[in-house]
Amino acid sequence: MAAMQQPEVIVDQAPSGSVMRVSGPLRTEALGAVEGAFRKVPHGPLVVDLGGLTALDTGGAWLIADLMARFERDGLTVELARADAVQAALIDTVRAVVDTPEMAEDERETGLRALTERVGRSVVGTWQAAGLILGFFGLTLTRLVAALARPWRLRRAALFSQMEEAGLNAIPIVALMGFLIGIVLAFQGAAQLQQFGAEVFVVDLIAISILRELGILLTAIIVAGRSGSAFTASIGSMKVQEEIDAMRVLGLDPVDVLVVPRVLALVVMLPILGFVANMAGLFGGALMSWVDLGVSPGMFITRLHETAVSHLVVGMVKAPFFAVIIGVVACYQAMQVRGSATSVGQRTTASVVQAIFMVIVADALFSIFFAELGY
Amino acid sequence: MAQRETLIEVRGLVNRFGPQVVHDGLDLDVYRGEVLGVVGGSGTGKSVLLRTIVGLNQPAAGSIKVMGTDMLSAKRADRLAVERRWGVAFQDGALFSSLSVLQNVLAPMREHLNLSPALMKALGQLKITLVGLPPLACGKLPSELSGGMRKRASLARALALDPDIVFLDEPTAGLDPIGAAAYDDLIGELQRALGLTVFMVTHDLDSLYAICDRIAVLAEKRVLVTGPIEEMGAVDHPWVKEYFGGPRARAAAEKS
Repeated sequence: MAAMQQPEVIVDQAPSGSVMRVSGPLRTEALGAVEGAFRKVPHGPLVVDLGGLTALDTGGAWLIADLMARFERDGLTVELARADAVQAALIDTVRAVVDTPEMAEDERETGLRALTERVGRSVVGTWQAAGLILGFFGLTLTRLVAALARPWRLRRAALFSQMEEAGLNAIPIVALMGFLIGIVLAFQGAAQLQQFGAEVFVVDLIAISILRELGILLTAIIVAGRSGSAFTASIGSMKVQEEIDAMRVLGLDPVDVLVVPRVLALVVMLPILGFVANMAGLFGGALMSWVDLGVSPGMFITRLHETAVSHLVVGMVKAPFFAVIIGVVACYQAMQVRGSATSVGQRTTASVVQAIFMVIVADALFSIFFAELGY
Repeated sequence: MAQRETLIEVRGLVNRFGPQVVHDGLDLDVYRGEVLGVVGGSGTGKSVLLRTIVGLNQPAAGSIKVMGTDMLSAKRADRLAVERRWGVAFQDGALFSSLSVLQNVLAPMREHLNLSPALMKALGQLKITLVGLPPLACGKLPSELSGGMRKRASLARALALDPDIVFLDEPTAGLDPIGAAAYDDLIGELQRALGLTVFMVTHDLDSLYAICDRIAVLAEKRVLVTGPIEEMGAVDHPWVKEYFGGPRARAAAEKS
């Protein structure tokens, strides 16, 4: 291309004043070559000769206008020579905006003071966030109860599609996970129990650990990663597109329309998924016990009858609570999305991490609770 | 009029979305240094035409030549060289939402130009001020701007590389009349000073009268007619008659 020519700057110094000859195409892409020359023009009255210019754009005009502005600030005169009308007009246009004051920039403070300030800010921020999420939790609960009190007003289409998405479609992965956990437990347990000749207790090991803790906890973690993130991302994107605001002005309450069906869908589906994981885990455990330890399926089931029922209840009781935690955290994080696509990503990450963390905290509280009750 | 250099040459363009045919054998020329206004009713494929020319939409048939390069068959490097010479301002701005306005404008410069950071920043601020945004807007995120300001920021980004061709999709829609007039003046001034070629999809009759050298009317799946706005009154087509003969067109004509 012809534009590959470089612009040139020649300065003739004279006691009465310098003459600066600019020639060639003074275009943005070629400014790097002459930027230094424009900085080094000697102080004094100056004539800028544009006679040799073959092209000028706003970038080039800025260099000239900036030079003029700098010289005139120091009380020196700068004259343009042999500029055609179009070039002069462009330089004037750029001149008019060059003189505006330096743009505001947010400088980040550093040092001990700034560090203290940041720590303080994040402590207060965390405290406020805890209050907000508690408020959102309460709001969701009241709406959930109100919806259940008048079930005919529930948004059934949304509820069932969410149940399918978050529940039915998750069954294969949840079942596979349960099956593998059952196999691992049986295999590891067998190795230990064989040393004592207590192979048959592998059934108790599997039943207690899966039914009481692992089945439901791991299901909750998978659902938090799978559906919690989806809730946050989808509602968060709606927030970015101002769809949530549109709902508000149309008299639709976003909590009723978006949050309640999702949380309710999880409350219904998480126990079912947990149950599926439990059954798959027991099946995997039984299979492994049979293959590895020679515990026949019949014996496995007999042993199971003696231990399983109370543990199954303890496990299943936790499921709806975990569901509410996942749903509320995901929807709360979605509502915190502000403005940009990056924010959606950050909130989705926060949603999954927080939901899993809270589920584990709740699980710990449940173990203390059931231990005190003597189950 | 003397023979002018053809910058964009579209021949036999066909665009289809499923069973719906948007363009069928569309021909269009854009000459260097002109402001072309593309008008047409809703759904006549104005934006599709723009998107097809800039390569965001693969046409079913036809050829598109920009500055002599066939954009549909040329090598990637040749296409990129042409793409550097144009700027596109989208209808809703399409600014990068995680970058500030200034960073948005600097993004193409960082990618394509070898300039010192200070100069780049100064040029970015210049472009932002040129399009009439206050200096304070530089550090703001697009989500913190009004719709009109986003449009201006988008134009600033389109002008970042001082392109030969600027594509504008509904540039003045959603601006107040004063802002729209200032925007028109700005485009006209830049066009004269830089020899800019402007391809503008618009419905703003004021812009058409104020700055467009030529109008291309899209109807019946092709470019029905092109010419200066004064000739539009003589075109015998119901849509064109209604568009350029209506009360709004008369008001705009009186103003100019």
